[in-house]
Amino acid sequence: MMSRDKARSHVRFGWWIVGIGFIAVAGAYVRALAFTPAEVRQGLAMKIMYVHVPAAWTALLAFLISGVLSLLYLWLKDRRMDAMAASSAEVGVAFGTVMLTTGPLWGKPIWGTYWQWDARLTFTLLLYLMFVGYIMMRGSVLDHEMRARFSAVFGALGLVLVPFIHMTVYWFRTIHPQPVILKPDGPSMPMVMQLSLYGSGIAFLVLFSGFLKVRYGLMGLEDLRERELQNAA
Amino acid sequence: MVENLRAIAAIVAKDMRIEWRTKTALGSSLALAVLVLMILYIARDTARVSALDIAPAALWITFSFGAMIGMNRAFLLERENSSIDALRLSGVGPSTMFVGKLLANLVFVGVVELLSFPMFVVMYDIPLALPWFSLALITVMATVAFVSVGTLLSAMAVQTRVAHVILPVLLMPFLITPVVGAVQMTTVLLHGQSLSVVSGWFNLLAAFDIAFVSLSILLFEAVLKE
Repeated sequence: MMSRDKARSHVRFGWWIVGIGFIAVAGAYVRALAFTPAEVRQGLAMKIMYVHVPAAWTALLAFLISGVLSLLYLWLKDRRMDAMAASSAEVGVAFGTVMLTTGPLWGKPIWGTYWQWDARLTFTLLLYLMFVGYIMMRGSVLDHEMRARFSAVFGALGLVLVPFIHMTVYWFRTIHPQPVILKPDGPSMPMVMQLSLYGSGIAFLVLFSGFLKVRYGLMGLEDLRERELQNAA
Repeated sequence: MVENLRAIAAIVAKDMRIEWRTKTALGSSLALAVLVLMILYIARDTARVSALDIAPAALWITFSFGAMIGMNRAFLLERENSSIDALRLSGVGPSTMFVGKLLANLVFVGVVELLSFPMFVVMYDIPLALPWFSLALITVMATVAFVSVGTLLSAMAVQTRVAHVILPVLLMPFLITPVVGAVQMTTVLLHGQSLSVVSGWFNLLAAFDIAFVSLSILLFEAVLKE
């Protein structure tokens, strides 16, 4: 159980980090748009990568944090883990929405189509929908302890499902650009573009941790409020 | 061990008896099955898509929708008059209880599948010279896959405020692997090829069964306890 002061300070410092994150994102875009050359074949459309890829990284990181913390909750029964898992899922869905909207915007000029039932697209969409389900379920359980337990069970099932979905969708044809940065023989991208991408990635991470902290603090305040209402009743 | 088996049999028999006397879920599942088969048949572009091309997908959409009705009902039964508490007071362990509910659901879904399959054959003009054993095998495997997760999730869903709507949302992602795999294998079988062409899907489905049946049994306790 968080104290009120602690929760408030989470929210307050969280907003400061969000502010710094937005400034960093703005800086990263100025660099990406004005000081980084456009790719030869894709032209300006490629610039969207500096939003899309960091958003995708952040969303997947958020889902991973949420899944692992859910599993740990089943074991350790620490309320803070549940609160952090839930916060991470919510912020992850927000970043996932950025990923899923910027992707089609790039896809139309480059692939000639907004959406493709490609392995990676289908996989991330399903993962995203699972977390939407997770958030919906949390909203429909009133009891704290039960909500935490159910979320943890669903999180654990989800973690095991991930490799299966991955295999399932991978057996379809894939047209998504293959990994450019994280691959065995090193990144195949000019250094200047890489730096812009990493800069943008770090800016997104700062933004993410800010949002996470704010949401976590708010969750603590929600807890306190609910407890007050219960005591008053 | 014998005691657990007896408890499992008692739970299955109880659920079957309730269903036999009311026939509500079976009736709606079958009606839904016919409607889904019909809508998918009519909704296709008859000039370009042959019935046989969409038949495997139609079959598995029908099976999984029919299953969803049955699974939603399984724990709603227990919620009425708080009979789940009585079940717990009877001293039956959570895993035994889960296996009982799972088997009851499997029997229910199996009956729905058995009864809707002839309608599928008639409507989609499926040749009767089918590799029946292989078809039955993949049907059992895919059904076990989604019914195990579905039983666990429905135990959670009935305890929420929106029992009827939340189960499909939670369960759909878990349907992807069994349903896609089953459709791929059914397609191969309906075209007269052997299952060995799609052994990858077969193995994936087997792994899915093992992983999720054991995981569901393990996690059921966490869903149940207060």
